Amino acid sequence: MEFRTVLEGRAWRYGANVDTDVIIPARYLTSYDPAELGKHCLEDLDPDFASRVRPGDMVVAEENFGSGSSREHAPLALKGCGVSCVIASSFARIFYRNAINVGLPILECPEAVADIRTGDPLRVDLERGTIENLRTGRTFQSTPFPESVRNIIEAGGLVEYVRRKLKEGSK
Amino acid sequence: MGSTITEKILAHHAGVEKVTSGELITARVDLALANDVTAPLAIEAFRKMGAERVFDPRKVALLPDHFAPARDIAAAENCALMRRFAREQGIVHYYEVGKVGIEHVLVPEQGLVLPGDLVVGADSHTCTYGALGAFSTGVGSTDLAMAWALGEIWLRVPKTLKFVYKGRLRPWVGGKDLILYTIGKIGVDGALYRAMEFSGPVVEELSMDARFTMANMAIEAGAKNGIFHVDDVTREWLKGRAEREYLEFSSDPDAEYERVYEFDVSELEPQVALPHLPSNVKPVTEVGEVEVDQVVIGSCTNGRLEDMEVAWRILKGKKVHPRVRLLVFPGSQEIIREMASRGWLESLVEAGAVISPPTCGPCLGGHMGVLAAGERAVSTTNRNFVGRMGHRDSEVYLAGPAVAAATAVLGRIAHPEEVA
Repeated sequence: MEFRTVLEGRAWRYGANVDTDVIIPARYLTSYDPAELGKHCLEDLDPDFASRVRPGDMVVAEENFGSGSSREHAPLALKGCGVSCVIASSFARIFYRNAINVGLPILECPEAVADIRTGDPLRVDLERGTIENLRTGRTFQSTPFPESVRNIIEAGGLVEYVRRKLKEGSK
Repeated sequence: MGSTITEKILAHHAGVEKVTSGELITARVDLALANDVTAPLAIEAFRKMGAERVFDPRKVALLPDHFAPARDIAAAENCALMRRFAREQGIVHYYEVGKVGIEHVLVPEQGLVLPGDLVVGADSHTCTYGALGAFSTGVGSTDLAMAWALGEIWLRVPKTLKFVYKGRLRPWVGGKDLILYTIGKIGVDGALYRAMEFSGPVVEELSMDARFTMANMAIEAGAKNGIFHVDDVTREWLKGRAEREYLEFSSDPDAEYERVYEFDVSELEPQVALPHLPSNVKPVTEVGEVEVDQVVIGSCTNGRLEDMEVAWRILKGKKVHPRVRLLVFPGSQEIIREMASRGWLESLVEAGAVISPPTCGPCLGGHMGVLAAGERAVSTTNRNFVGRMGHRDSEVYLAGPAVAAATAVLGRIAHPEEVA
C-alpha cells in the first residue's frame, strides 16, 4: 500500500503559510485532472518549480502549509507534478485531511524542516515516519498520525473506507 | 466541568451525552454543500465509493457560484456535470443561475442552516454559518462525498478559544474590522484546528450581517469553526426564514476554554490587512499613502445588505476616482432586488460602479475583475495571498465596505470620515 514505502527525492524548501492559492491558483480550478493541475503547481510562489521538479521530489515548508481554500486540487496538483510527499512544520486543517484523502503522504516535523535546504537528497520511511537528510546525515522522527487518520490509512483511504461502510450497511 | 456550545452541538450530532476536546467522533450532518469548483471532484469520489444515492436529497445543496455564469467551456462543463447530478439525485437545493447567489450569503438567506445544525461544505468559508449558533466547517471534496454517501462525517472535537469584545464601536467600524483586528492579534494559524467563540457586549450589539462577516473569516486564523450564541438578533433574523424547529445550545459558565482573549475595542479604527496575509493588519490611519487601481465590494464576507448600505451611504452623490475601477458584487439576487427597490443601485451606478452578478469570481481571481501585474486593489473579500485576485505581482488590501467605498472615491486608501 502507498503509505508503506520508502521514498527518495530532492527537497524543495519553502517558508511559512504556503497557501492553496499559490499551490494551485484558482484560475486553473476548472480542471480537476492531476496532470493538468500539476503543470501549474506552485507557479505563483516559484515559477520554475513545475518545469524543474522531478518525480519523487519532496516539498519541505514551515508552519501552516496548505492554508486557505478547501480545494482538493492542491494535493492533487502536488501529486500530479510528481511530488512524493510534503514535509512541514505544521499543516492547515483542511489541507491535512485532503492530503490523506487523496493519498498524498504528509509528515509533520519542524526539526527536519530546520535541517533541510533546497536540493538536499532525502529518504523518507513512511511506515516508521522517519526523514533522513542524506546531506547532513541526520535522521528525524515525524509526529505520528492521530487515530482518526490511521483508521483511514489502514482502510486504504477514505474512498475505500466509505465503500466498506456502504457494503456493510446493505447486507 | 461544563461544555462549550461547539462541544454541545457536536455531542448532539454524535448521539452522545458529552464530548471532550481531542476526542474523535462520527457526527450526523444536517447539510452538505458544494460549488462548481468542488462538486465535480466530490461527484467523482461519490461514484468511486460505490454510492448510488445521496443520504437525503433535502440535505444536500449545490451552488454554481465560483465560475458561474460560466467563464469558459471548462467551467460550463463543470456546471453541467453538477446540474446532471442534481437532477439524477433529486437534489432539492440546487440553485440555477438566476436563483443562485454566493453560497455563504444565499444558504442562510434561504433558511437552509438553523441554530444547532451541523453543516459541512466543500468550501473553506462554510464556517460562515457559525454566526447562527450552528457548527459549520469547510472540508475537501472527498470528505464531502462521504457526507453525501453516509450522512455523517468524522471530526476531532476542537479546543475552543473564546474572544470577548468589550467597549463601544466607533462610527464606520464593523464586523470586518473586529475580525481583521483579531486575526492581526493571533495570526493566520492562531486558531489552527480550534473553535473560535465570539462573545461580549460588542458582539451582542452586532447585526447578523456583521456576525456572518466575522464567522466567515475564522478560517483565516486557521480555525475549524467560528461560532456565536443565539440571541434575539438571531431569532428575529430567522423569522420568515426558518421553516423547521431548531435547537439553541449555549456554553456552560464552567466550560473549558484553551484561552480567553479580551479586547477593548472602543478605540478601534477601521482595519486594513496589507499584502500578503490576512494577519498583516494595521489601522487605516497607519497605512500611509497607498494609491489603488481597483476597489471590490462584495463576496461571502461582505456582500450582504448591510455592507451594500454602508457602501451606498458613502458613494451616493459622489464619483468614483477616475483612476479606479469600482466593482460591486452583491451576494444574492434578493440583495440585488432590494438594492434596486431602495434606489441604491442607481446611486452606485451613477457614482461609477459596475454591478456584478452574485459570483465568487473576482475574489479568487477567477473571472471578472482580475488584476494585472503591478495593480493594486482594496477589497472587502477575505484573502490577500500572492496572486489571489490575479497576477502574482498584483496586491490586495483587505478592508470593510466603509474603507473600500472611501478608497474608491479618493483613489487611495482612506478613512471613511474623509469623504462621509
